[in-house]
Amino acid sequence: MPTTLTAFADVTTSDSALRRFLHGLPGVDAVGLEARAASLGTRSIKTTAKAYAIDLAISMIDLTTLEGADTPGKVRALSAKAVNPDPTDRTTPMTAAVCVYPDMVATAKAALNGADVKVASVATAFPAGRAALPVKLADTRDAVAAGADEIDMVIDRGAFLAGRYLDTYELIKSVKEACVRPDGSAARLKVIFETGELSTYDNIRRASWIGMLAGADFIKTSTGKVGVNATPANTLLMLEAVRDFKEQTGIQIGVKPAGGIRTTKDAIKFLVLVNETVGEDWLSNHWFRFGASSLLNDLLMQRQKLSTGRYSGPDYVTVD
Amino acid sequence: MSETTTRLNVFKTYKLYVGGKFPRSESGRVYEVSDSKGNWLANAPLASRKDARDAVVAARKAFGGWAGATAYNRGQILYRIAEMLEGRREQFVREVGEAEGLSKSKAAAVVDAAIDRWVWYAGWTDKIGQVVGAANPVAGPFFNLSTPEPTGVVTVVAPQDSSFLGLVSVIAPVIATGNTAVVIASEESPLPALSLGEVLATSDLPGGVVNILSGKAAEMGPHLASHQDVNAIDLAGADAALAKELEIAAADNLKRVLRPQPVDDWTADPGTSRMTAFLETKTVWHPTGSLGASGSSY
Repeated sequence: MPTTLTAFADVTTSDSALRRFLHGLPGVDAVGLEARAASLGTRSIKTTAKAYAIDLAISMIDLTTLEGADTPGKVRALSAKAVNPDPTDRTTPMTAAVCVYPDMVATAKAALNGADVKVASVATAFPAGRAALPVKLADTRDAVAAGADEIDMVIDRGAFLAGRYLDTYELIKSVKEACVRPDGSAARLKVIFETGELSTYDNIRRASWIGMLAGADFIKTSTGKVGVNATPANTLLMLEAVRDFKEQTGIQIGVKPAGGIRTTKDAIKFLVLVNETVGEDWLSNHWFRFGASSLLNDLLMQRQKLSTGRYSGPDYVTVD
Repeated sequence: MSETTTRLNVFKTYKLYVGGKFPRSESGRVYEVSDSKGNWLANAPLASRKDARDAVVAARKAFGGWAGATAYNRGQILYRIAEMLEGRREQFVREVGEAEGLSKSKAAAVVDAAIDRWVWYAGWTDKIGQVVGAANPVAGPFFNLSTPEPTGVVTVVAPQDSSFLGLVSVIAPVIATGNTAVVIASEESPLPALSLGEVLATSDLPGGVVNILSGKAAEMGPHLASHQDVNAIDLAGADAALAKELEIAAADNLKRVLRPQPVDDWTADPGTSRMTAFLETKTVWHPTGSLGASGSSY
């Protein structure tokens, strides 16, 4: 445990200590949070700033396919798109990663062929997280062994909502240990809270702290498999959590909103949130990601509009 | 004790018709619309290029469903538009009279002609295929069938002078065959077009099949003409200079372009040329199957 975390060492010693700490966090002003997120969404980003934001957003995408019907062919096509999003314009940046199920990691890794695009794998019985701990850990180790650079785990929302915070904490810690490769390096761990199932903003703040204390490298809003996914408000709340955590411990943690971000306009709103809440330190794909698939096409169409002056259309981007 | 109260008129806010909804212009702009004598009638939204972009998105979204609807169903809906117009005849007679400086009886004749035009095109929806499609004779055991298919999203610059009959005469043929339309209404007299949006919204016409914008064709036209997701452009209401500019811009993605055709009398029989201008011919070869011992089993 990093020395800076020693200040929090006693809060994770027992379930009651952790509960006391989490319930001692300041309550979230829901109205104020939503108003703040909405007002930051009204910024007008144009011309060169827009071009910068579009390229930054493309470079932050975890290009995702998480369907039961995923085939190796689809994963290969997605990987090719991640490396070369717009074949008509080679100045387009690569996406940050491709995000797939564990059994597709090897396929993605091979298709990327050494390009500077990470392979992220969901694990721990994604998306429900309803499996026994050994199964979840085996799932994680399997993905890491197959070459995953990043692991997107889900927390056990059932345990969290039942108030078994320490179980949640221990789960994340165990998965974090399972991310370590034989050579001592480790896959970066993203912890998905499934904010749409946590009911309250207070819960999202508590979950964020559990994740950060347990050693998450990234905290992530959602799986994209439920009705409510990333919203500006819940992302703003998580950004505030990582900001506070860095202030108190010096440890920087990334944030990944996922699901429901489909347009350039939405993506730019999130970038404004990042810049205004945690600042430029987070404005790179090492610290901020978008979990998305259709977003990329909209970004590419907007990019084509900026470079050619003509509105583009869906015929000029790939069908995924 | 008697008290006379004067009732305040309730003025109508004219709005765009995009994607089945009635938004104001994204830009918040309006412009003054006057009657033929220069008296103020209403403010109309001055649509921007972003409204035009949104209209194209709506038209593209509606295209699959509308092109895939049966021709019979499209005919029913076009006829329904005529029915709805009939019920609002008085309003359109007034609006067309004000817009074009026509007497009540002349304006009524124009509105009647426009209603009849919807009925006329309603009848064509399931017949145009027989007229311009064909079973082609080929040297082999194949059926060879050519069928007309809609071009896609069509931008229509509506006629400037004939604000209603001319408008209907350019929209109806585009949508009768399954295209979807983004229409720039007459700049001087957009009110009948904007009111037509209200009729279309209540005629079972799926939202987005017709999108009506008011404003300057010279402002929105170039963006629509160069838009990569627009398949064709009808320049009916563009003057010579604008038509040339738009045709050049449209060349980039090989849009179909219908150049302005001089129309002296919008009430005359329009023929099928406006429908066929926005149709593509698809030809399929299909094996006839067994020819049987006699050489012909069908």
